[in-house]
Amino acid sequence: MLNGLDAHLAAPLQALNLRAHRSEVLASNIANADTPNYKARDFDFAAALSGAIGATQGLALARTSVRHLSGAAGLALGVALQYRVPIQPSIDGNTVEMDTELAQFSDNALRMQADLAFMSDRIRSLLTAIQGQ
Amino acid sequence: MSLLNVFDIASSALSAQSQRLNVVASNLANAESATTAGGTPYKARQVVFTAMPVRPGTSGMGVNVTAVVEDPAPPRLVYDPQHPMADANGYVTMPNVNVVEEMTNMISASRAYQINLDLMNTTKSLLLRTLVLGQ
Repeated sequence: MLNGLDAHLAAPLQALNLRAHRSEVLASNIANADTPNYKARDFDFAAALSGAIGATQGLALARTSVRHLSGAAGLALGVALQYRVPIQPSIDGNTVEMDTELAQFSDNALRMQADLAFMSDRIRSLLTAIQGQ
Repeated sequence: MSLLNVFDIASSALSAQSQRLNVVASNLANAESATTAGGTPYKARQVVFTAMPVRPGTSGMGVNVTAVVEDPAPPRLVYDPQHPMADANGYVTMPNVNVVEEMTNMISASRAYQINLDLMNTTKSLLLRTLVLGQ
């Protein structure tokens, strides 16, 4: 039964973890808006979430030495960060576009609030089931 | 906990931008200082921003001021023979502070500061909502 509880909360939990990770990445972009040669980064949320919920382990690289790179296994939450393609890159090599980043950050925050609400609902329904009232 | 890293990232940006504002204030205050303790005219200073991971092993990049460099632009020459610092031809070497550039820097720094504060506020309300999860 405890396994079932875990599975019941797993999907919104993965979504929340990824949302928190994405807000960190977007905050880095916004913080470095004036840093020369900084390249804005982001990741594909939908792909990351389906990767996290579906196949828990992707294909790992076969390594013949411990000093070889581990591939995707060493990434935070298994998410591969990508570089954003700028619409108007600036002359100092910085590719942060404040409007894009702020829009993405607010969007991410809003969706994270929604995920928190879903999580709350699931916990509340579990409590109802436990108390039987 | 990634959400707590947002605070580290945003606060590194806040301190970097406030250092930039500090340098702007110093440049603007000394825009007319023909001489300093060293006897040379004041030279404009600029901060150098560098992206650095907030802590090892995370992808979150904060921003650090790694250097404060002096502007290599030549000093401004002003013709004022009555000035005590005037040379034989009557020219005074004045600081190479570009007031328009400094004002632009100031606006950019204060906007960036505001945005990072907003970021912190948004993250704070998300964390507070996470704390009351399931209640």
